[in-house]
Amino acid sequence: MSAIHQNLSTAISSSASTFLGYNNLKNIKSSNVSLPGRISGVVKCVSSPSAEKTAYKTKVSRNENLAKLQAGYLFPEIARRRNAHMLKYPDAQVISLGIGDTTEPIPEVITSAMSKRSYALSTIDGYSGYGAEQGEKQLRAAIASTYYADLGIEEDDIFVSDGAKSDISRLQVLFGSNVTMAVQDPSYPAYVDSSVILGQTGQFQKEVEKHHIFLFSNNPTGYAASREQLTKLVQFAKENGSIIVYDSAYAMYVSDDSPRSIFEIPGAKEVALEVSSFSKYAGFTGVRLGWTAIPKELVYSDGFPVAKDFNRIVCTCFNGASNIAQAGGLACVSAEGIKAMHEVVGFYKENTAIIVDTFNSLGFKVYGGKNAPYVWVYFPGQSSWDVFARFLRRPMSLQLLEAVLDLVVKVSSGSVPLDTGKMFWKPVEDSSSCTSFCVRDWN
Amino acid sequence: MYKSLSLSSMPCKAMLQPTARITRQDSENFVDYRTKVARNPTMERLQRNYLFPEISAREAEHMEKYPNAKVISLGIGDTTQPLPDVVASSMANYAHNLSTLTGYRGYGAEQGCKELRKAIAETFYKDMGIQDKEVFVSDGAQCDISRLQAYVDSSVIIGQTGDVENESGRYRNIEYMKCGPHNGFFPNLSKAVRTDIIFFCSPNNPTGHAASREQLERLVRFAQENGSIIVYDSAYAFYITDGSPRSIYEIPGAEKVAIEVSSFSKIAGFTGVRLGWTVVPEQLLYANGFPVINDFNRIVCTCFNGASRIAQAGGLASLSKEGYKAVISLVDYYKENAEILLETFESLGVRTYGGVNAPYLWVHFPGSNSWDVFNEILEKTHIITVPGSGFGPAGKDFIRVTAFGHRENILEASKRLRSLL
Repeated sequence: MSAIHQNLSTAISSSASTFLGYNNLKNIKSSNVSLPGRISGVVKCVSSPSAEKTAYKTKVSRNENLAKLQAGYLFPEIARRRNAHMLKYPDAQVISLGIGDTTEPIPEVITSAMSKRSYALSTIDGYSGYGAEQGEKQLRAAIASTYYADLGIEEDDIFVSDGAKSDISRLQVLFGSNVTMAVQDPSYPAYVDSSVILGQTGQFQKEVEKHHIFLFSNNPTGYAASREQLTKLVQFAKENGSIIVYDSAYAMYVSDDSPRSIFEIPGAKEVALEVSSFSKYAGFTGVRLGWTAIPKELVYSDGFPVAKDFNRIVCTCFNGASNIAQAGGLACVSAEGIKAMHEVVGFYKENTAIIVDTFNSLGFKVYGGKNAPYVWVYFPGQSSWDVFARFLRRPMSLQLLEAVLDLVVKVSSGSVPLDTGKMFWKPVEDSSSCTSFCVRDWN
Repeated sequence: MYKSLSLSSMPCKAMLQPTARITRQDSENFVDYRTKVARNPTMERLQRNYLFPEISAREAEHMEKYPNAKVISLGIGDTTQPLPDVVASSMANYAHNLSTLTGYRGYGAEQGCKELRKAIAETFYKDMGIQDKEVFVSDGAQCDISRLQAYVDSSVIIGQTGDVENESGRYRNIEYMKCGPHNGFFPNLSKAVRTDIIFFCSPNNPTGHAASREQLERLVRFAQENGSIIVYDSAYAFYITDGSPRSIYEIPGAEKVAIEVSSFSKIAGFTGVRLGWTVVPEQLLYANGFPVINDFNRIVCTCFNGASRIAQAGGLASLSKEGYKAVISLVDYYKENAEILLETFESLGVRTYGGVNAPYLWVHFPGSNSWDVFNEILEKTHIITVPGSGFGPAGKDFIRVTAFGHRENILEASKRLRSLL
């Protein structure tokens, strides 16, 4: 076999990139070809891999706003890491306290309404096609009277959605790219990400304009703002002519007398709109149903009502929440449904209490957990992704955590007596030594 | 006081009640307050309401004016026939299972449940090289179009269009490809200016024209030559009668230039249930080589949380052996309606297009203003249609008539229209 042929064959069988570049081909063509037959044979072999390398590209530029997003959306990334971990440790009992996904079945009073509606759709009288994009009248009225009675929010101020996440993006589309956005740090990732996608970020303004849109919620810290704090926020928005987007998806978890709706604050109707969801009340994370309340008093600088434009968005960019989900929603806000939702919420609140107790007993500074199903645990001096990885990487400590949780439940219920010798947890500064500390003392 | 409409006493309402009441005096202190947030200027460019709520409003007005008239709606393309039993019961069962420990499911994958993505790829894109991971399940084409930011009104809202030219009624930065009888309802591509995105619906709403294989080959070639992306809306593919392509991916090379959007609305009667899908091939690349599918996936994960699982269960059932048979007969029912209406208009001597490959008839009234014709038909026969100008300037002397309806209403409408002679 000639040296050239040998060389070329080897190159083809190894990584194609060096050989198949256009430059290489040019070099071969321009060199003294003593075996033209062989060369053309090689060119033939090369043609299909070459097409792969120079894949067709359109001339459409990528939306540069998407390029600004740092990484993937947070929760798919968490899911990816969880799945990778489960592949690596097939026998480990991974407990997911990550993504805020509901786990408890939906109360029967609600699912039976959805079954009923499904069957009705197969009958002449029960069939319905397109619904009002703003939601079914009955449901809008029921949401208004259930959550906003005496607050001056009416049926036609309510827009039923397929969930808060979709509505947040629709609100961003509504406001457009020329607004400035303020978010809590930390906050639910969709606020920032949707803002980036709409091109609101990275716009530096010469004058500092304070006409922000404020996105406000108690995920992930679990902290519910007090009446006094929200009054200050409303005041601030008033003074600056800003709009508050208040996310009240966890309102039913509030245990003390913190406000459940921004509209409890005088003057809020002129500066705020509120987004909420059935996800965390009725386990509707997969069913998809929520709402946004926009008061008539909320107007742009030119006096145009915000609700009117949102209505246009909803009619153009959306076609209503699923009618079956809406039937479920109506059952949610019936007398029996509300009772059932409270039971579901109560169950998760008990879970939260157990987790709070556990981390407290391990000596960690713990926030939240009283007014929301999230516990915000402080690891000073640590990168949170490192702590996350450590929790995930040490199957031992995860099993340990499970055992601890189990013990806490038993001790608090009185079925196991408190043995202060074994159950004294000395708080330590460095959390990596805390892990080994747990193992040592557990014996 | 706001009384709930259908609820009895609510003992637990106390837990939900806000702990403060707003007095009238509080709100009176803030009369006529305006925020300092400027209205999104792109919203101002929208000419009027979205078309179909406008039609609904006119229908409501008419019914008030003539309370005894039996108004027949051949306007909004809304399905009327009940869902097949196998589909409805699958959704009912799924809903019921959500109240059991083993059947409960929380968040689903934003791209849709794997089984359904696979079933869509296998049913609609068999032998076209489209894989399940290129299929994104949605809550309907209307929403996906906004997520793609491609259509006229959503394009206006996103700010792609510039202002309207008052005389023509066209948006400055949109290239309008005229489709009419003169060019067989397929645009003259040799005269078309290059744009980044080409939005193409076939079978077409509102004209009812289904592009031929040869026409679509020309379109794909045009896109390739210009480096454009086609957003192909195939929501009515099931209505094709004459063997025209049902998917853009039947055309070789389309996987490098086209996205396809579709829906269960007009296949399975899911207009209220809300389910559709979008195909973004992995081979579709931006100018810098970045795969479009990566960005679309990011949008779907950030701006959406998946279609309702119950709707997805229904979608899966409609693609089962039994379900598929049932939805085909639903489609056939509407196609028969279309035949009846086509015959009716032809007997009136009116030039009518469409009605063969789509559930829409595109009726020509040369020289007239479509809103006037709309009003005249409404007044004389109490039938709602849609004026062609609502779809674009080239529709100004056309009326769109939909074939969705109960058979008896279609027959009654036919009778009334014949009486116009």
